Amino acid sequence: MESQQGEGGTELDSQSSIWVNTGGNKMAALTTGFGRARQGGAGDPREYKAETAAGGDKLGGGGGGGDRGCSFLRKVSVPGSGGGGGGGGGARLRSIAGTRPSVQNGQLLVSAGLPALDQLLGGGLAVGTLLLIEEDKYNIYSSLIFKYFLAEGIVCGHTLLVASAKEDPGDILQELPEPLHDDNYKKVLDEGRSHKSQEEPEISMKIAWRYQNLPQMEAGPGTSSRFGHYYDVSKRMSQEVIQSAKWHKFFLPEEITSYANVESCALNHGYTKLLHFIQRVISEQGFDGSNPQKKQKNILRIGIQSLGSPLWGDDICCADTPEHMHSLTRFLYVLRGLLRMSLSACIITVPSHLIQNKAVTSRIRNLSDTVVGLESFIGSEKEANSLYKDYHGLIHIHQIPRLNSLICDVSDTKDLAFKLQRKVFTIERLHLPPDLSDTVSRSSKRDLVESAKQLSPGCGMMAGGKEHLDF
Amino acid sequence: MFPELNNLLNVSPDKPEQGKFTLLCDAKTDGGFLVHHFLSFYLKANCKVCFVALLQSFSHYNIVGQKLGVNLIAARDRGQLVFFEGLKSTVEVLFGSKEQPNTLKFIRESSSDLKSLYEFVQKALTPSGDGSATSWKFPVLLVDDLSVLLSLGVEAVAVLDFIQYCRATVCCQLKGNVVALVHDSDQTEDEENAMLMNALGHQSSLILRAEGLVTGFCKDVHGQLKILRRGLLQPKNDEAEQWNTLLKVIEIPCARARI
Repeated sequence: MESQQGEGGTELDSQSSIWVNTGGNKMAALTTGFGRARQGGAGDPREYKAETAAGGDKLGGGGGGGDRGCSFLRKVSVPGSGGGGGGGGGARLRSIAGTRPSVQNGQLLVSAGLPALDQLLGGGLAVGTLLLIEEDKYNIYSSLIFKYFLAEGIVCGHTLLVASAKEDPGDILQELPEPLHDDNYKKVLDEGRSHKSQEEPEISMKIAWRYQNLPQMEAGPGTSSRFGHYYDVSKRMSQEVIQSAKWHKFFLPEEITSYANVESCALNHGYTKLLHFIQRVISEQGFDGSNPQKKQKNILRIGIQSLGSPLWGDDICCADTPEHMHSLTRFLYVLRGLLRMSLSACIITVPSHLIQNKAVTSRIRNLSDTVVGLESFIGSEKEANSLYKDYHGLIHIHQIPRLNSLICDVSDTKDLAFKLQRKVFTIERLHLPPDLSDTVSRSSKRDLVESAKQLSPGCGMMAGGKEHLDF
Repeated sequence: MFPELNNLLNVSPDKPEQGKFTLLCDAKTDGGFLVHHFLSFYLKANCKVCFVALLQSFSHYNIVGQKLGVNLIAARDRGQLVFFEGLKSTVEVLFGSKEQPNTLKFIRESSSDLKSLYEFVQKALTPSGDGSATSWKFPVLLVDDLSVLLSLGVEAVAVLDFIQYCRATVCCQLKGNVVALVHDSDQTEDEENAMLMNALGHQSSLILRAEGLVTGFCKDVHGQLKILRRGLLQPKNDEAEQWNTLLKVIEIPCARARI
């Protein structure tokens, strides 16, 4: 399908299949959420070919699309180019690799690296928002999700910014999982399935399998034009791919060598340096739309590991009434401001299980957009519980943002568990097994009820006490 | 704005109440829809609105406002809406030049003082002396939300002082309204927040509380809305003091709340 030139030099993306050319900037498209780009000057837009990642638009991006196109326009034109759509040179809307507009409200989304997690978060992580991962106790699975996020960035060609106080970011990048190609991932997932001890009925839909129905992108060079990729955790990403990635590193012990000349804004010294670093990368590399867009737009993926831990110089994990209680929350607020004004997405992991002051935890959650908590069974009494024997831990989606709309796409279940097989990390819905036996002993029934109470904290308190009601 | 909510509150854009302080709370659910409701309600009622948005960007409110039937950009251009974007301001304070006076300079300093923010509000809502300004009905201050100020290191007392000053100026002197949103965190031990909420609840004439369901999460019903009216001088018998309604916010091109 060739792109067509409308009046006034407007150019439409060649991906849109059915669209109606209404006057002005609106696009009453049935399938895509793409806005129109008004070409300000010379420059051949056709050099940007079908390297678009918006395979998701074929899912049927919402009927009644007139406003969808506009909201997408507005969202991308937020960084620095003033209000309204199509203003100046900042609103050249070619789609950026590795992103797609949300089906619900046209928001630009990036993948978190795990298609199952993307679906739970309403399609992906919105650009300009912050994903908070509350670490599990030994930081095994949360660092894995962190690496998935970074690996996805490399595969899609995004720029990375990795910050850590514990490990050298170069070492983190060496441990990224290897991306799987299309024909391989089905094999790997089937392999994982055959290891299951119990045969569950086929009707029960595992959340991870829904992405098998995603229509494949046509004519894309390699797999980088798709949204959401699968990875093989048992292998490492190859050196060539890592070398080809563009990334910035912030390793705290190297940055804090002197204490001179940093503007104090009542923030922790390490946080201040990190904020300045992030702001410098954003403005120098043009992620906030400040540079005239001669080159293609790209997304900056920021990953900050173990924020709030004592290694960052913060004491909220050490003391019940910490002295610098507001350091981390101020940092998050400023980070939010930086993210909202740029084309970036950020993941941070916080060891919330170490924070004793629950008020701080709730404030941190309120300042983040998306909050995911991981609870692993290692070393806890739940490990012996028969309910959890197939899984390695529970995953709680505490919060999903409502951006540009009044509602958000919440999944209808809150009982989710994850497991890490040899090659893949899967997230599944947790089912209570049916209580078939009449003569089951009282103590085991109580265990089951207890564990059922642990599930779905949801948005309200669980009604009732500890007694198991026997009819 | 949501017509059902207007019916429950017994107001309409033609005859809004004046001189009131309304407190919005949310617990375990998102009360943002109340803020959007009041923003569009007062813009439609032809009032001058000063909106202090600390947590989201302008385009977010603009897009939702369009679904609710108001155009924030046009309102801002004709002077009806004064929009203070906290996030953008913070970035400018920290990374911009030092000479610019800024309303959020408390972020840079350790001392927590909302005086500059109050002066901004006062300047925005006090009618200027020149006669060229079109007359709006009365000024309204809308704050989203106050709990963020606690996270930034401002003490609860300073926030209460700020609200007191604003009420004195906006409600009593200018005969306008003040609406503020506070997150309720009753499960966590956030004492400062609890104190802030109790004190504001004491000062307010109307409290709207959006809560999640006690029985847990449900996809079809987003929660319940409690409406608490205080300070009725002559309570009528047919007007209940406290309403509990279940609600679900649905979004169609013209947004409605099915209550």
